Amino acid sequence: MIPIGERINGSFPDMKRAIAARDKKPVQELALKQKEAGAAYLDCNVGTAAADQEAAMRWLVETIQEVTDTPIAIDSQKLAVVRAGLDAIDNPKGCIVNSCSGDEEKLDIYMPMCIKNNASLIALTMTREGVPQNVEARVEVAATIIGKASEHGMATDRLFIDPIILPVNIPGAQAQPGYILDALGQIKIMTDPPVHITCGLSNLSQGTQERHLINRTFLAMAAAVGLDSAIVDVLDTDLMDAWITAEMLLNKQIYSDSFLKAARMNM
Amino acid sequence: MQIPGVTEASNHRVNEVTIGATEAEGGTRSHSVTIGGAKTLPFMRSDGDLGHRPLVAVDVLDRPPDDWSDLLLEPYRDVVNDPGEWAKKAVEYGADLVCIVMEGIHPDRGDLDAAHAVEAVSKVREAVGVPLIVWRCEDDAKDNEALPKVSAALKGERALFGTVTQENYKRLTGVCMADGHNLIGEAPIDVNMAKQVNILVSDMGFPLERIVMYQTTGALGYGIEYAYSIQERQRIAALQGDRMMAMPVIAVAGEYAWKAKEAKTPESAMPSWGPQLERAVTWEAMTALALIQSGVDIITMRHPKAVAIVKDYIDKLYAS
Repeated sequence: MIPIGERINGSFPDMKRAIAARDKKPVQELALKQKEAGAAYLDCNVGTAAADQEAAMRWLVETIQEVTDTPIAIDSQKLAVVRAGLDAIDNPKGCIVNSCSGDEEKLDIYMPMCIKNNASLIALTMTREGVPQNVEARVEVAATIIGKASEHGMATDRLFIDPIILPVNIPGAQAQPGYILDALGQIKIMTDPPVHITCGLSNLSQGTQERHLINRTFLAMAAAVGLDSAIVDVLDTDLMDAWITAEMLLNKQIYSDSFLKAARMNM
Repeated sequence: MQIPGVTEASNHRVNEVTIGATEAEGGTRSHSVTIGGAKTLPFMRSDGDLGHRPLVAVDVLDRPPDDWSDLLLEPYRDVVNDPGEWAKKAVEYGADLVCIVMEGIHPDRGDLDAAHAVEAVSKVREAVGVPLIVWRCEDDAKDNEALPKVSAALKGERALFGTVTQENYKRLTGVCMADGHNLIGEAPIDVNMAKQVNILVSDMGFPLERIVMYQTTGALGYGIEYAYSIQERQRIAALQGDRMMAMPVIAVAGEYAWKAKEAKTPESAMPSWGPQLERAVTWEAMTALALIQSGVDIITMRHPKAVAIVKDYIDKLYAS
């Protein structure tokens, strides 16, 4: 179970303000709160808070590293911003680059860069043609990603595949969660040891009335078919309890009456 | 064609627990011992560090045994009235640790008092330099009365005290924490309960690094395979990073083996089974060996001939 804390992201108003004003305190507090709640990584996204995104990413990474050694997931679609983040990373545990599309020419740039910088990579099952709308196309992109990892010598445990979750309330999108579950099962058996599977979970419930319930229900369902990581609100205790319970029911941790507490002690 | 080697390296290891404190460390032991530390399944040396060698603890009772077979009593006949002399004999027979079993304080087995318990352990402490284990009588009320005094008497010796269970752990955990001892958490062949005991004990502030796990074991032929699978499951959990399952393990071979009918039945009653002494010693040794192969770090034993077989076996396992 590899929770990636989603909250340090410039699209949240509190973080947008902090990044714009270079106010360290709210960022550092949120970093520590997420660590305490079990985040294995802290996602770090400057959003649209700053004109100079590279400088903002560097500042954000340095600000977080001042208070915790929890590794960071550098979250940007722009290569230059990712590079700025990687330059600022100072952690023997490495980091995650979040993310790269499944286009071969992109993977040829990102994978060597990650290996050189002791970083894992989140690769999306989407290409310049868009997000696949069925199971087969998702699995095909995943196969391309895994093939590229093998070509570049990237270990499977450094690779996270993100099947791209769309909001369930978009017209026509309601079949997608089911397709994703089917695809995950197939992706998980492509390599041994298997790649990690992650997702931006909160996206699933965008604009719905029951955000927390939808998130944690899907998380438990996806865990059952091999999802072992997710970019989530780790401060949502019900969500984390559901995830821990799903892993316990999958026999990934030994049951005890205090299994929730035991799992948190291991985080 | 060359077949590539397959190894399963783990980033986690079984905790190391040190038992016994020398004078420089505030105790009176001639040396201390450390158990645990494995980074692999038992004896998978190609996968990683095997950790410390398993150790043999020999049982010494606080008063003369009332239900031992004559064959088991024979090597100790001259010393059973004095736990100190008995402990010397145990060390002479190869004990890495002495395990003082407080049988006599049990209400049904003598109902001796805390002063007697303290006297017994004090005699052992004076007589031998090896690290000490103190094992309860298994009557909760009596244990809670006597063991705190024994713990205080051994303060500074960094002994290993057992056992605490899910139903009865607060008193002994508290005193062992105060007196600097290690603690054995017991579960009835139940991996879930073993984990729960560890959580309860650590909730009281007792350091995880001073806990040893004990699953009540049967002898060979009496459910030992369940103990084997449970030890295996615990070890796998430890190697996967479950801190609540990363404790080294103690198991009881001598007591259970000598309760088995294969050890107790005289040759006259069952001629086809062969000589009783050889049979009983083999039963104890085989019980211990099976448990050692399952990854046990300390094995408690009784007959010197069985101890010799097991120690020789451990030497051979660790001869590079």
